[in-house]
Amino acid sequence: MSNKTKRKVAIIDYGLGNLFSVKSALVFIGADPFITNDPEEILRAERVILPGVGTFDNGMKKLQEKKLIAPIKTYIRSGSPFLGICLGMQLLASEGEEFGVHKGFHIIPGKVVPLKVMDYDENVYKLPHINWNKLSVSKCHTLTNNGSSLWANTILDNLKEDAFVYFVHSNVFIPEDTNCCLAVTEYGGNVFCSVVKQENVYGCQFHPERSDKVGLRILSNFVYEI
Amino acid sequence: MENHNSLSEQMKFIRIIPRLDIKGPNLVKGINFEGLRVLGKPEDFACQYVQDGADELIYVDIVASLYGRNNILEIIRKTAEKIFVPLTVGGGVKTIEDIKDILHSGADKVAINTEAIKNPGLIQEASNTFGPQCIVISIAAKRRGVNKYEVFTEYGRQRTEIDALQWAKKVCELGAGEILVTSIDSDGTGEGYDTELLRIISESVPIPVIGGGGAGCSRHFVGAVKDGLVDAVAASSVFHYGRLNNVLKEDRFKEEGNIEYLKSNIKGDTYSSQMTNPLSIEDVKFYMDQQGIPVRMPSKVTMEQNRI
Repeated sequence: MSNKTKRKVAIIDYGLGNLFSVKSALVFIGADPFITNDPEEILRAERVILPGVGTFDNGMKKLQEKKLIAPIKTYIRSGSPFLGICLGMQLLASEGEEFGVHKGFHIIPGKVVPLKVMDYDENVYKLPHINWNKLSVSKCHTLTNNGSSLWANTILDNLKEDAFVYFVHSNVFIPEDTNCCLAVTEYGGNVFCSVVKQENVYGCQFHPERSDKVGLRILSNFVYEI
Repeated sequence: MENHNSLSEQMKFIRIIPRLDIKGPNLVKGINFEGLRVLGKPEDFACQYVQDGADELIYVDIVASLYGRNNILEIIRKTAEKIFVPLTVGGGVKTIEDIKDILHSGADKVAINTEAIKNPGLIQEASNTFGPQCIVISIAAKRRGVNKYEVFTEYGRQRTEIDALQWAKKVCELGAGEILVTSIDSDGTGEGYDTELLRIISESVPIPVIGGGGAGCSRHFVGAVKDGLVDAVAASSVFHYGRLNNVLKEDRFKEEGNIEYLKSNIKGDTYSSQMTNPLSIEDVKFYMDQQGIPVRMPSKVTMEQNRI
């Protein structure tokens, strides 16, 4: 990676999520990450990551308190790559339905709903979904030569289908347009969207910064390849 | 969401988690081995385990009160710089400040044992402050009768007269994200997990359960899942011993003065008499996969040229 320029990656700090892990991972792959909640710094960044763990309404509330909603929307409109991780992905939706209905960014139309597992009463599939799990191509997509060509030139470039990544969540994002769904994952009788993409905006339900080599490749693609 | 109730493969992947007992600054010691400086730093061990396929890591600070917190925080920081799988840290966690320090140093979750019993309100407060996904309640228990286990604190030394199953259900209500249950009777013996203990907890709580205590061979890991019904399996001695055997094969360590002491210690160790083969996480995962248990296979197995 010696001939790669150090890209300035802003990691948005709104009081939620393990920013440090995201930063460490980005340092490891040779990027120039910085943690910020300053609108000017966010708008000047070459890449922006919105991390987050917690509830939908709390996430939007904190972003509102720190006046970050408008700068994030402006950055996204500029066309530069944006990545939402876990709650950060979910907030891109129109609304979240956990503990009441709450408005999201509405950047990728759709809603966030609680994950319902089969055999819940028998405690077979546990919640939250805390586990490694596979990234696959949705059956909704028309496959070309092979499924993974859908991933070419995206943050999933060069990953084998069924690559493992690490999830920690109790809710899932259902995009209105299923073509936004770059990858799906199966758990407890559900097949849910694990990676969304709409133009320059990406969302990962899982934590790439905790997904070992696969996660580092995804972050590397996000920083250098797209 | 697509619903596939008729899918032939409803898979629940099982996590394998090595536990490293950390004693003092810069030292890593399996609980049965004294004077093993030749094994290097915890973060180096951890790196090797992750390469071998560890899904997560657990660090337990065995003498937190004696050395203060800074040693373990420094080890966490060093680990977080080069290892990118989830890290859980426990050992003497007493306050919200302790939890904040650990998480801010780079850990993803904290494990709380003794203090949770003394002050159950801490579980709720921690869960509300940091989120339930950060809070692992560690339950160490001894068998008291058929399906009856008593919770112990202080690294298995202090009785509580609290029933392990009742306590497990209680911690769920208080906001725990996961439970780590360890059999005190089996831990370190290499004779296998207490699958009865694991099962009665796993089938009774809706949150993930990590089973620990007693692994000696790959077959034991399968038992923990098929009989113990756990979502993840933790092991300590069996992997350290495996690593130790690999270390002894390396010529460069023959110059180290304490190798002979080390070798004689192993022969005399009651634990080692149970161990016939050194065990790596890779070995365990291969075996589990063969036995039909879904696991994430180590990446070197599935790596093609330029693809992960």
